[in-house]
Amino acid sequence: MTDAPELLPLGPDGLLVRFADQLSEPANRAALAFRADLESTGNPGIAETASSLASVLVKFRPDVIARKALEDELGAMLAERDWLEASLPAGRRLWRVPVAFGDVHGPDLDDAADAAGLAPDAAVEDICAARLRVLALGFSPGQPYLGFLPEHWDIPRQVDVTHEVPRGAVVVAVRQVIPFAHAAPTGWRQIGRTAFRCNDPGLDPSSPLRPGDEMEFLPVEGRTLDRLLDDAPPFGGAERFEIP
Amino acid sequence: MTTGLVVERVGPAASVQDLGRPGWLEVGLSRGGAADRSAFIEGLALLDLPLGTAGIEMAELGGRFRFEASMRFALTGAAMRATLDGERLDVGASHFAAAGAVLDVGAAERGVYAYLQVAGGIATPVVSGGRGVHGIGGLGRLLRAGDMVPVAPDPAPDAPPTRLDRQAGTGPVRLMPGPQTGLFARDMLKSFEEAVFVRSPRANRQGVRLDHEGAPFSTRAQLSHASDFIAEGDVQMTGDGTPYVLLAECQTMGGYPRIGTVLPADLPSVAQARAGEELRFRFVSVDEAEAAWQSDEEVLASLKQARTPHTRDPRDVADLLTYDLIGRPPEDVAGD
Repeated sequence: MTDAPELLPLGPDGLLVRFADQLSEPANRAALAFRADLESTGNPGIAETASSLASVLVKFRPDVIARKALEDELGAMLAERDWLEASLPAGRRLWRVPVAFGDVHGPDLDDAADAAGLAPDAAVEDICAARLRVLALGFSPGQPYLGFLPEHWDIPRQVDVTHEVPRGAVVVAVRQVIPFAHAAPTGWRQIGRTAFRCNDPGLDPSSPLRPGDEMEFLPVEGRTLDRLLDDAPPFGGAERFEIP
Repeated sequence: MTTGLVVERVGPAASVQDLGRPGWLEVGLSRGGAADRSAFIEGLALLDLPLGTAGIEMAELGGRFRFEASMRFALTGAAMRATLDGERLDVGASHFAAAGAVLDVGAAERGVYAYLQVAGGIATPVVSGGRGVHGIGGLGRLLRAGDMVPVAPDPAPDAPPTRLDRQAGTGPVRLMPGPQTGLFARDMLKSFEEAVFVRSPRANRQGVRLDHEGAPFSTRAQLSHASDFIAEGDVQMTGDGTPYVLLAECQTMGGYPRIGTVLPADLPSVAQARAGEELRFRFVSVDEAEAAWQSDEEVLASLKQARTPHTRDPRDVADLLTYDLIGRPPEDVAGD
């Protein structure tokens, strides 16, 4: 983890404000808070912003503002306060989400548990005991990066992006869990599956989760999940609570 | 009043596309839109259409389309052999179709992505601010035979046909450094610039894989970095050191390191490279990349400037004797 935030180019019309290049809880809070402040400035040269695990992407219009001028502006904002001390956003929710682990719904469970140095049953118990936070939405729409699992879950991505996982696949790597919003190829290991839909263009909002929200997994039998997938109740049978 | 385009036959990866949906990165939706934005905007320029207009993207294979009403249309991008009621048409030009006419577009002879634009614009419903199909975004679906694509009426059916002569990009594809370029050792960057890559058959709107002979491109600590933002054009190295150039329908973030970002102006030549074609890369500075950047508005305006009247060789006109060749300006005679 680096000390001072970095300003880095990402494409000719993009600037990345990186608070850390490794996973870091304070850097995630910093990214959420810095982006919220940046949005409130209403800079006409900024086209769009978003936050990731530990950085903020600023897409700008080079025909309106030069990169150097924008860098100066962002640098001044960064110097205003210690962003790593920022608090979490208000209005967060806790989601309790049913997940079936192992077998057809989690073909890589044994492999992932092994990488974490646990028996498969203990691995499921471990993951369901964790209160995870939505660190960022991304990869595909509405899809949360959930963290942080205990340190023994700091397992690497697989070497090859070999297989496509279905919508709702619950995958794990680098102390994080992702329930997949849509079928996609991945280098992470699939340990389970949920009927929770992270994104549904027919719903308003189409992506129910927000960065800062929290999630817990409720283990269910494979056939219970099959029924949830068939019946498709709202949020795949998940419960939602406001976090005071 | 909406009319339509009946899809009688179509390749397996054809879709309605526009210039994408900016503004959704916060929830994780990449912009998407046409795989070759420049060819797409050429079609808009040929028909004097605004940037928000949707058209049809065909990948490698064309299709057969029947016009329910008379309208102008344009074909741009990959060279696909096209005929209108049996008569050969030029790609990179606009044409006129009478009601009931059938447009037949064959397989690509050069390039991958071709665009069919209609003068009224495609009028499918707008979802999340766009009409384009976005696979990993779960928006829309690919075209199928039997589809009736709604089209708004041509506002100026008598406007003369136009053409654009596109100069194919030559030389290495330019890329600029990005947030992870520093993770690659200097000699790794040098061998990336020296490598001759071949576009792999593994390619789609999300990205294209590049094969090369020689050592894979390794970095320090590449499997444990925090996932971070991806830009369209990023060249991502998967864990085994194989590069993928990410295209319009890319993911918004990922953990595999990116060696750099292909300039938007050069990304069409990567998207249009056919399996087996060679690609080379050259790093340019951030300043050079920024100087080469153009807004879609600027690209459209300059393409409109470059338009010329589209005239056909009279020898290609099968029914020449039925034309009234006297007392009309030549452009008018030659218009389809």
